[in-house]
Amino acid sequence: MSVNRLLRVGTVAVASLGVLALSACGSDPEPSGSSNPSSGSSSTGAADCPQGTLNAEGSSAQKNAIEEVISKYNEKCADVSVNYNATGSGAGIKQFNANQVDFAGSDSALKTENKDGGETEAAAAAKRCQTNPALNLPMVIGPVAIAYNVDGLPKLVLDGATAAKIFQGDIKTWNDPAIAKLNTGATLPSTPISVFFRSDESGTTENFTKYLAAAGAGAWKGEPAKKWTGTGAGKEKSAGVAEGVKSTKNSITYVEWSYAVDNKLGVAQIDNGSGAPVELTAESAGKALAAAKPAGTGADLALKLDYATKEAGAYPIILVTYEIACSKGLPAEKTALVKSFLSYFAGKDGQASLTELNYAPLPEEIRTKVDAAIQSIS
Amino acid sequence: MTAIVENKPAYDGKALDLTGRSGARAFKNTLATVLIVLAFVIAIIPLVWILWTVISKGYHLLLNAEWWSQSQRGITVRREGGGAYHAIMGTLIMALITAAIAVPIAILGAVYLVEYGKGTKVARAVSFMIDILTGVPSIVAALFIYAVWITVFGFNRVGFAVSLSLVLLMLPVVLRSTEEMLKLVPDELREASYALGVPKWKTILKVVVPTAFGGIITGVMLGLARVMGETAPLLILVGYSKNINLNPFEGFMGALPTMINQDRTELALQPAADRVWAAALTLILLVLALNLLARLVARFSTIKSK
Amino acid sequence: MSSPDGTEPPGRPAGPEPKIEDLVDETGPALRFDALAEETDDDGRRTGGTAVATKDDSKKELALGPVGHLGDRLFSGLAHGSGAVVILIVAFVGVFLLALAIPALADNNSNFLFSRVWEPGGAEPRFGIAALFYTTLISSVIAMVIAVPIAIGVALFVTYYAPRRIATPVAHAVDLLAAVPSIVYGLWGALFFAPILLPVINGLSSALGWIPVFDKAPGDNVGVIFTVSVVLAIMILPVVTAISREIFAQTPISHREGALALGATRWEMVRMAVLPYGRSGVVSASMLGLGRALGETVAVMIILTVPNGNDPWDPSIFAGGETFASKIANNAAEFDSPEKTGAFIAAGLVLFVVTFLVNSAARLIVARSAPGAKRPRRNRRAGATEGASA
Repeated sequence: MSVNRLLRVGTVAVASLGVLALSACGSDPEPSGSSNPSSGSSSTGAADCPQGTLNAEGSSAQKNAIEEVISKYNEKCADVSVNYNATGSGAGIKQFNANQVDFAGSDSALKTENKDGGETEAAAAAKRCQTNPALNLPMVIGPVAIAYNVDGLPKLVLDGATAAKIFQGDIKTWNDPAIAKLNTGATLPSTPISVFFRSDESGTTENFTKYLAAAGAGAWKGEPAKKWTGTGAGKEKSAGVAEGVKSTKNSITYVEWSYAVDNKLGVAQIDNGSGAPVELTAESAGKALAAAKPAGTGADLALKLDYATKEAGAYPIILVTYEIACSKGLPAEKTALVKSFLSYFAGKDGQASLTELNYAPLPEEIRTKVDAAIQSIS
Repeated sequence: MTAIVENKPAYDGKALDLTGRSGARAFKNTLATVLIVLAFVIAIIPLVWILWTVISKGYHLLLNAEWWSQSQRGITVRREGGGAYHAIMGTLIMALITAAIAVPIAILGAVYLVEYGKGTKVARAVSFMIDILTGVPSIVAALFIYAVWITVFGFNRVGFAVSLSLVLLMLPVVLRSTEEMLKLVPDELREASYALGVPKWKTILKVVVPTAFGGIITGVMLGLARVMGETAPLLILVGYSKNINLNPFEGFMGALPTMINQDRTELALQPAADRVWAAALTLILLVLALNLLARLVARFSTIKSK
Repeated sequence: MSSPDGTEPPGRPAGPEPKIEDLVDETGPALRFDALAEETDDDGRRTGGTAVATKDDSKKELALGPVGHLGDRLFSGLAHGSGAVVILIVAFVGVFLLALAIPALADNNSNFLFSRVWEPGGAEPRFGIAALFYTTLISSVIAMVIAVPIAIGVALFVTYYAPRRIATPVAHAVDLLAAVPSIVYGLWGALFFAPILLPVINGLSSALGWIPVFDKAPGDNVGVIFTVSVVLAIMILPVVTAISREIFAQTPISHREGALALGATRWEMVRMAVLPYGRSGVVSASMLGLGRALGETVAVMIILTVPNGNDPWDPSIFAGGETFASKIANNAAEFDSPEKTGAFIAAGLVLFVVTFLVNSAARLIVARSAPGAKRPRRNRRAGATEGASA
């Protein structure tokens, strides 16, 4: 009986709670940055603050960066909702070209050639933009870390060839002479190396294999691609490989720096041939980017990275993530939204918030070019 | 399954040999009891463990009023605060649309199979189709709707498209369980009703369905529970939004499974991990609330029919 | 197939006409049972469309004299319509997916059924489902072997063994677990459950490692098929239990008490009255569970590691792998060309053909093993009663 009554009371309570939840109007949380309490919810700087919703999708490598920027941007422009879905670079471009999102995030610039002989990404994007070219706007630099989990090995040095051999499966144990040579004095276990790779197609894999191909002195046998062609066990997304390394002893993977830091994994230093091993920092990653050359012309800012750089103090495995947006051809209100948000992203405030998240900000020279390109959107 | 298959049907005469040595029979009985209790214990350990994980890691966020009334707008994985209002509403809206489409078709379909079409070719075809539908994985259902909704019609990704794909998943669950329940309604009840001159449709509506109502509701709840926790269709058919969007026909929409999916990528960070388990607990509580409501409805409707 | 209900009217009692007429609401003349049954039968044989059914009704009515009930026609139309909707939906899904899959299959340069490579798209697409098929099937089969007996045990415990005070909360708790989304099972499995399975995996592989299926590669990888199977078993347990419980609870009290009155022990009562009665329901429940295990996406994707393309194929359940669903979901973000998408859809089609075959097989087993199961209810019950009173 008492159980029955309890059930009934519970039912009524839950039912009323449900009704309450349905009827009560939800709200957005107060902007957390209490630094400018005077601004409140009213949008300051109304001039560059349009109203509306902006939908974007793509690279998961820039997820943390863009979310931080969105959060900061909303403190300034409270009436704009920006959604970013981190589903992967390929998906971002697909959705952008299918007119499902307003801009895309991608770890590589739009491809201007198609191996299969079909329509190129760039051509499809231009079609979506009412026959106007789409812009590749470099926005965030995400260094890729070689993350490992070996007890009693606080510091690990690798060079391109050794890394390529490990990820190719040619080096199978931690105490291999090639690793020992780079890590004199370290005690290396004789256990097998468990390699984890990204099982989904990923821009991170593409950039990392580009590095292995460029700096691996021929030890990397595959073509650089979004799909992994080396050895190991695959886990899904960056979170999966990071979690795999964290929970498996004597393992190694490649993952965006922020995941390695958040999961407290060891990060290998890279001997790029300059003589001294380079630790992964915002500066060392920025140095490598400064060596990058523009691959496109005019307002197209696609960058060509030099993975085999031998510059002292430059960390060579970096990944540039782009925002892909129409240069022209969007409806007027969307154009205003895209311009407003992206110029905040490329602005000094937007870029400054990225370093604490283990991304590297754009070098000033490139940043001004990107900003100019965004202003040219109409 | 094997246990059942090996059992001789009850009426073949042999199974009713109750004259054996009582010691052996008592031993068998004890053994069976031990095994059944053991099965219960084995089952309950992981289930309690999962519930405990979700509850202990998720409950504290649920105690904040802002969890129930605020969205995640402007909250990043590194930051605490915000709520799940956007996701709760998204999940409810999509689930209710799904149920509104799937449940009538499923119950009427089951009524057709049991009361009208039994033994006919069409009924066998429907049954066959339901079997096929049971085998459609959520990801394929989602792909199908993607192909129709976006590739063919050129619409945008919206919550309604998710509901459509969830209909494909909910339909067979509800239909099959309803069918089983209707089958179990004794023919005496139907015959008694017919004998009183009650027309068939009224017999079904007032006698057969109410008798099986508890079971039907369980089926509907299982179906709802399944679709509310589905992640794959949400990933393909609607973008995730941290902002509140209550319109199933326009724009990205939050939902609890995609909220979990967003934050699970950063489980190493405490604020994100807290939200993952809290969102999971919220989803479970939502289904529980629906369940209790349904039981309440079931109780009232049974009283009425008597 | 025995004759459908009602074509043999003798068994039915025919009440005195006038009295029935008094009880009938607005219809007036009572419908005769044989007429009612025939109508049902005929409707069913036709296409199930509303129009046909109505037309048929009117024909019958002419023969019978009195005008039929509007409600009956409407309701029967709705029921038939729903049946038709189900057929149409599945046919549409099937045709649509086939249309997407066939071009990709036509361009395929590998044997779709027996190849293990998966390189769709490109100038020379090559893809086959052998490895996916194996992983999907073995992980689900292991999950079923673990889950179904336990689920039946729990359902029996709740219905006939546990005191009511325990049974009710347990039943609610199990229902609750059906509500835990698969993504949570996946996270829990990967983070908390998989690590404790490592000793089990190592123990099993060192004891049985001489069989290739139990062989294990060096390393501490727990993202293996076996782990997935156990998590899948836990996932489908609530579903199978909940339905089985409902079915067992429906066993007529006369059967149970009859058995007990004859001096049967509790187990004998369960074995003779409850299990035969619930057999088809349990099989349906298991099939729903199997469907869920075969098609489970996110949990498998989170837990299972994917083997790289260079290593030779490893049939071990202590190795990684990919199921149909996890393969599709893991690559869903990159469906950028119709050929690629078609390849994945073809894989999806195979998945539900498999599910369907398993389903049919199970139904066949039920029909064979229980002569009463496929007969009309009356006969089955009569058989059971006869048995109980023999």
